[in-house]
Amino acid sequence: MRRSFVHLLAAAAAAFAATNAWAQAPVKIGIVTFLSGPAAGPFGVPARNAAEVMAESLNAGRVPGAHSAKGFGGAPVELVLIDEAGGPQKQVQELRNLAQRVDLVIGYISSGDCLAVAPVAEELKRLTVLFDCGTPRIFEDASYRYVFRTGATATGDAVALARYVLDRRPGVKSFAGINQNYAWGQDSWNDFEAAMKALKPDVEVKTSQMPKLFAGQFGAEISTLLSSNAEVIHSSFWGGDLEGLVLQGAPRGLFQKHLVLLAAGEPAINRLGTKIPDGTIIGARGPFGPFSPGTELDKWFRATFQERYGVPPNYAAYKMAQAILGVKTAYEKAQKAGAATPNQEQIIGALENLTFEAPGGTVRMALGKGHQAVQGVAYGVAKSVGGELTLVDVKQYPPEQTTPPDGVKSEAWIKSGFKAK
Amino acid sequence: MTDLAAVLFDGVVYSSWLFLMAAGLTLIYGVMKILNIAHGSLYALGAYAGASMVGAWLAGGHPAVASYALLAVAALAVGLVMGPLLERGLLRLVYGKDEVVLLLVTYAVFLILEDAIKLVWGVESLMVSEPYALPGNFLIGELAYPVYNLILIGAAVALGLAVAWGLYRTRSGKLLLAVIHDREVSAAMGINVDRTYLYTFTIGATLAAAGGALTAPTIAVSPGIGVEVIVLSFAVVVIGGLGSLGGAALGALMVGIVRSIMVRYWPEAELFTIYLVMALVLIARPKGLFAAPEARKI
Repeated sequence: MRRSFVHLLAAAAAAFAATNAWAQAPVKIGIVTFLSGPAAGPFGVPARNAAEVMAESLNAGRVPGAHSAKGFGGAPVELVLIDEAGGPQKQVQELRNLAQRVDLVIGYISSGDCLAVAPVAEELKRLTVLFDCGTPRIFEDASYRYVFRTGATATGDAVALARYVLDRRPGVKSFAGINQNYAWGQDSWNDFEAAMKALKPDVEVKTSQMPKLFAGQFGAEISTLLSSNAEVIHSSFWGGDLEGLVLQGAPRGLFQKHLVLLAAGEPAINRLGTKIPDGTIIGARGPFGPFSPGTELDKWFRATFQERYGVPPNYAAYKMAQAILGVKTAYEKAQKAGAATPNQEQIIGALENLTFEAPGGTVRMALGKGHQAVQGVAYGVAKSVGGELTLVDVKQYPPEQTTPPDGVKSEAWIKSGFKAK
Repeated sequence: MTDLAAVLFDGVVYSSWLFLMAAGLTLIYGVMKILNIAHGSLYALGAYAGASMVGAWLAGGHPAVASYALLAVAALAVGLVMGPLLERGLLRLVYGKDEVVLLLVTYAVFLILEDAIKLVWGVESLMVSEPYALPGNFLIGELAYPVYNLILIGAAVALGLAVAWGLYRTRSGKLLLAVIHDREVSAAMGINVDRTYLYTFTIGATLAAAGGALTAPTIAVSPGIGVEVIVLSFAVVVIGGLGSLGGAALGALMVGIVRSIMVRYWPEAELFTIYLVMALVLIARPKGLFAAPEARKI
């Protein structure tokens, strides 16, 4: 009896000490990412996992380098998870509820969701950091105070890919595309097509296949691509569609006969492995995953994620970690400027035009009046080594070569031959 | 000429895939007057079960040839378990209600099964491409096609003929046709309508699962695959005429071939091919190609 009473006292003292270890109230972050539906597997769940592993590690003070302070400048981080599935209308409703429960929101993979929630976040005056969606229209068509995006736009992916193809095959005469028929697929193709024509005006488009999103069956499309005699085939497929394209296309010689570009192919590497034929060009929408810089922070993130989830972090995981560390850096910068517990306005002020370190390298909030990040983009070529897929001939393209100057729209910049200022 | 042959072959492969789903859907509607949204989930369950069984079989180092038999076993297992479970356990309780109520009930089942699939298999996709790649390729002109496509066509034709034979050439099939014609009179004549419903739903569920299991080796089996399928098969069934097996076959063939032509020569328009075919057919025949004439009730 006496012994158990002592144990109880000790437990109570430990609990008391734990609650008092934090000098400040917790920072509540709403995390919005796909937890169900087709985008959950390749993007949503890895991003959720990254958010959880980052929050735990930050609270325990285990993140190395410049981010070693516990939590956000001594304030613990708490996550509130929301499923992004259900479409833009549902996400607008979710944000209206979420904004009342949290200090800030980090989220959104779908460009459609980003376009819908950005004006609502502005109306609600709730700091919202978009972490993954790619459409350049967010800050090119509007200006926001409460909305940020810590990942680069998809324009950079397309421009860097065109440069990479022409660097490797300067004499290329024709190309074709197979992209999903919705905003991401159409934008990726349009930007890539325009960038190719800007860099090499005599190049010819053989065919542009736009199957429905999640169509799953690509027999007729593959036949058309095989008959097209295009030298290069561009695809921004992701998830089940990407895996289906590889499974259906590889046995038919699609990847042997053509140089295939998988612009967002990196998340499929863990799943498909050496089923992705050698010679395929693969991208990760930035310096993430196999293209990451190998800094101390990067190595720590990879090892921690791998140990916890059994797979290496893919680009969605990297981009989530990047968003959280961006806000942490801004929070601590505001503290250094004199605010012990920075309020939302002070965090926003610190995040504008911020330069910070993330596992993918240095990120500069240089576009959209300091609200939109720029970052380099890398591509590489798939090669099987000892039964594992590796990426060789990796080349990085800096933001100056892939992103328009602030205030210039992506489409106009590409069409001007990257000269518009 | 080679182009034309390739376009036709692509179209027929796609049609076979469509028909496998549409056949079960139209059968269930014909007999039970239920627009079964959960058909898409049964397709997904067939795909997941097939991929899991083949995956486990191959992981054990067993010969890949037997994986075709495993796909059939997976389809039968899903059909024979889920069919009676849904029909006896749920649908039986709502017969006689308005068609919209039945539609909503099957939609609820669809949502529940989608989440159940996520609970069991998670959000990661399953891939078992060995049965797809194993039989090798054949050539149409210079274009390589997997022999597995021929297996898919063969399975669709065989299952279609088997169901047609069962319906029109056997005693139970004729009893079933009698139930389709008039449920009340059939019951009055001594036909066990309840049992007919059970058999029909189970056969329909097995056809959906067979579609899923046969498709599994060609795709990444991932959450949400049942959604796409249900929309397409509804369109095919409407084109053919709700409840007509021959209509489903012709509808699938029309959609498959027109889609294949569009993909080759006018890819921008491919997205609305199926709806274009549906609109044109419904303008000419508002109840679909082979809808049975309805007696006017006074």
